[in-house]
Amino acid sequence: MTTDTQAAAPELGKARTRKEDARLLTGQTNWTDNIVLPGLLHMAFVRSPFAHARITSVDVSAAKDMPGVIAAFSAADFGEQASLPCGWPVTEDIVMPPHPPMATDEVRYVGEAVAVVIARDRYEAADAIAAVDVNYEPLPPVLDMRAALEEGSPKVHEAGNKCYVWPFVQGDVDAAFRDAPVVVERTYRQQRLIPCAMEPRAVVASWVADEVTLWSSTQIPHVLRFALGAFFGIPEQNIRVIAPDVGGGFGSKLQVTAEEVLAVLVSRKVGRPVKWTESRSEGNLTIHHGRDQWQRIKVAADRDGRLRGLEVDLLADMGAYLMLVTPGVPLLGAFMYPAIYKMDAYSFKCTGVFTTKMPTDAYRGAGRPEATFAIERIMDELATELGMDPLELRERNWIKHEEFPYTTIATLVYDSGNYEAATARAKELFGYDELRAEQKARRVSGDPVQLGIGISTFTEMCGLAPSRVVGSLRYGVGGWENATVRVLATGKIEVVTGSSAHGQGHETAWSQIVADKLGVPFEDIRVLHGDTQVSAKGMDTYGSRSLTVGGIALVGACDKVIAKAKKVAAHLLEASENDMEFTAGRLHVRGDPGQGHSLQEIALATFTAHNFPDGTEPSLDSEHTYDPENFSFPHGTHLCATEVDTETGRVTIRSYVAVDDVGKVVNPLIVEGQVHGGIVQGIAQALYEEAVYDDDGNLLTTTLADYLVPSAADLPHLTTDRTETPATTNPLGVKGVGEAGTIASTPAVVNAIVDALRPMGIDDVPMPCTPERVWRAIKSASDTGAGQNGGGQ
Amino acid sequence: MIPAKFEYTKPGSVDEAVRALAGGGEDAKVIAGGQSLLPLLRLRLSFPDLLVDVGGLGELRGVRDEGETLWIGALTTIDEAQRDPVLAQHCGLLAQTAALIADPAVRHRGTIGGALAHADPAGDLPAVATALDATMIARGPGGERAIGAGDFFLDYLTTALAPSEILTGIRVPKLGPGWGYRYEKFNLTAQAWAIVGVAALARRADGHVAEARIGLTNMGLVPVRAQAAEQAVAGAEASTQALRAAAERADEGTQPPSDLHGGSDYRRHLARVLTARALAVASGV
Repeated sequence: MTTDTQAAAPELGKARTRKEDARLLTGQTNWTDNIVLPGLLHMAFVRSPFAHARITSVDVSAAKDMPGVIAAFSAADFGEQASLPCGWPVTEDIVMPPHPPMATDEVRYVGEAVAVVIARDRYEAADAIAAVDVNYEPLPPVLDMRAALEEGSPKVHEAGNKCYVWPFVQGDVDAAFRDAPVVVERTYRQQRLIPCAMEPRAVVASWVADEVTLWSSTQIPHVLRFALGAFFGIPEQNIRVIAPDVGGGFGSKLQVTAEEVLAVLVSRKVGRPVKWTESRSEGNLTIHHGRDQWQRIKVAADRDGRLRGLEVDLLADMGAYLMLVTPGVPLLGAFMYPAIYKMDAYSFKCTGVFTTKMPTDAYRGAGRPEATFAIERIMDELATELGMDPLELRERNWIKHEEFPYTTIATLVYDSGNYEAATARAKELFGYDELRAEQKARRVSGDPVQLGIGISTFTEMCGLAPSRVVGSLRYGVGGWENATVRVLATGKIEVVTGSSAHGQGHETAWSQIVADKLGVPFEDIRVLHGDTQVSAKGMDTYGSRSLTVGGIALVGACDKVIAKAKKVAAHLLEASENDMEFTAGRLHVRGDPGQGHSLQEIALATFTAHNFPDGTEPSLDSEHTYDPENFSFPHGTHLCATEVDTETGRVTIRSYVAVDDVGKVVNPLIVEGQVHGGIVQGIAQALYEEAVYDDDGNLLTTTLADYLVPSAADLPHLTTDRTETPATTNPLGVKGVGEAGTIASTPAVVNAIVDALRPMGIDDVPMPCTPERVWRAIKSASDTGAGQNGGGQ
Repeated sequence: MIPAKFEYTKPGSVDEAVRALAGGGEDAKVIAGGQSLLPLLRLRLSFPDLLVDVGGLGELRGVRDEGETLWIGALTTIDEAQRDPVLAQHCGLLAQTAALIADPAVRHRGTIGGALAHADPAGDLPAVATALDATMIARGPGGERAIGAGDFFLDYLTTALAPSEILTGIRVPKLGPGWGYRYEKFNLTAQAWAIVGVAALARRADGHVAEARIGLTNMGLVPVRAQAAEQAVAGAEASTQALRAAAERADEGTQPPSDLHGGSDYRRHLARVLTARALAVASGV
């Protein structure tokens, strides 16, 4: 990378409002569902009402006779179906059952598509699905992961319910635990969650001759194009995927879905464009779910609190099939259980289990929230066991700021961090000591409303990912990102990015980066993305990778533009290329800024090419593909104070302080927004959200009246601040922020609840910690006399 | 989801609406703000052939002071009820409760009459109407009739309204001097239905609770009065202890459901705790 910089008025760090918001907030944009094509037809899916059943017959003939119906298909009409892709076969002997887009002879979760009706409008399509006659022979559902692994359990697939076992051991674990003065073991439950992006999934597919265009509300237009080409027999060059403005994803649109594939196949069959937009209920049933793990975690420590070793044994619910990265999600957590702590040994094992439920896959944080939750929860338990302040215990074990770069027991190299600074700032903002004093007073007075303090000193790995590392983990694609900078004839800039935004504000942040790099006004830059004919190469947006990978690709492309412009400027100035400097948007001879040309002048000279250096292409446009050398490791300290009404069980968050270190900040407003949204999503897991299946495998939480997504009215003021320890592994010093809040906040909240109730003899409340669950925990503790001094003391 | 096909008519008067309903028979439904019916239509849980939209009938909107009583038009929106000065003065319980229902968008569309005629036991207003001793005014082909709140709610989502009757308004007695009120709503998110709600009215005299009326939300298939607690509190000393003791009987005779958001034992417990809290506020303790 060059050292040319634009010192004049740096855009990096400026709290700009987002340039994309005007069209997004005023509805002037095209969401996928807004797209109307001539002759457009509408699809509606007939979905399985059984968690597990043999399909004995599907008859679509009556549906074909319904008003407005153009066609109706069952699996038989699609012939031999290729499987929806799983791009992360985590072990050599992983069980990867076939996953046809439309169920053939067996259904394995409620909501699985068994037929599709195509009609002139949505209403007619919805009416006609009732006329499709499907006969099922029910089979026993498999709903509990632990029971699924028992001998004699009904099987989800022929090959059994165990999908894979993935072990990872570092150091001498036996030695760490042998004769350890303190060993604490707990089992935690990561409930199943449903990502609820504001925009539901929607697809439009349209064929013209042998070319297909697929519009989809997706995070991954490039990967989707690749998958359609690689697995479904459509030549890749004939596929165009467009992700128009996309209203959120949180991982749920990091997927190649049955509906996308079927839209493409159905449109080809009927010879007309087709559209499908899910309802919220359909989405709750069939958008991939998140989390769903049992975590057994065991920690060994010395009496003085020093950690010796850690053992983690997971059961991870795959659901009925393996989707794009289903098996890999829990393993992203494998490297994060040791978190910010030093220890001698670590062992991790994850067993993937099939059940007759919707498949799980990436959901904001993907593996890392689970890991952070378990380690931060058990650190509090260990502190209790040792009679230490939980913050003090953490401090005793965390990596000191002078010890970076530090290779963790999980083999990651943390390049930078300063846990002391973030924690000190958080304590100060929180009033830690005052709240501890109030907590004590409430305990003494037996206040029915008890106070608890929760801590989460977290880190995470983002910037997915160095291709060689993910390759060694059997991940199916690389981790690079691509960017192109086009210098237009008038000196304006078009940026093409492979990072496909779905609400993150890339157009603003990328403009800020380019404005600084090229010394052009922020307003002169336009960012293009999300269309594979515009942005030909990309690995898309997930895992907090856009800035840390895509942003760095952009820096690389800018550097190439500058190098090309220097050559042109040197020619025009009759100077040596080596004597050229680029400052404040001008190319000039070193030491003589008066003698030079603006980038805009060079752009025009390149456009006309009348007077151009011999043998040089008349173009400043530059492309760069960047493969990161390491992950990045944002960190922070989150402190939460909860009030727990011991009469009703209601938990109220009284104050929440988050001090995050995401490295260098491009746009503080965007960072603030990500931190707020992230924290709230983590609070939602702690207190509100859970996908609940009944004993027959029916999803009970199919609407937002039952799947409780909190709104602003339910949430506390969030006090946020930052420390800034730049990443040393990329030229911007950035670390990523898309998932940090979600990873940090869940354990902070639950730790606070348990802290409030601990004198009653309570050491866990399963998530979500609803009032009823808190009340039952209190009731059961008081029934068994678990508290040493009774309730309230 | 999207609704199945239905016919739609928007009558210009109550009589016209009644005729349209009578013509539509069992498969006709009244729609006002649509906040209860539209979700049922969209989830395809309800398949009416005809929707009679009474939303344009201005005569059914507003609050009238009738001296001893207030008349509240069925089309008065929840938001209007929340802000109406006459209600605030003479029927504060309704105004206070209105502010706790769903969210601003729903409150601006949803109507008092619609919420009562829908008769969802998890809705807040049925229990409030029960506690208020409200009288429902219905108009049908045979003219107008009054139905006491205690006789109005027959079963889950079922009222005493005949298929061709329209709820035109409710009449509530003004709260006299000495009366206090409180609706305690316990829900999981601000927009969610109550797991349990307690609507309490209490008249305080000489340091005692002279009388009280307590309506319970979501403690059975219909809104119910906590009669045992009402009797226990009548004449009791206005003290936390006495109110708590009376509230211990709040769940007597109820049949609370067990569902995703709360077991019946938890609901019983909440009813007792919330009744004590509602009574404390209502009687100024």
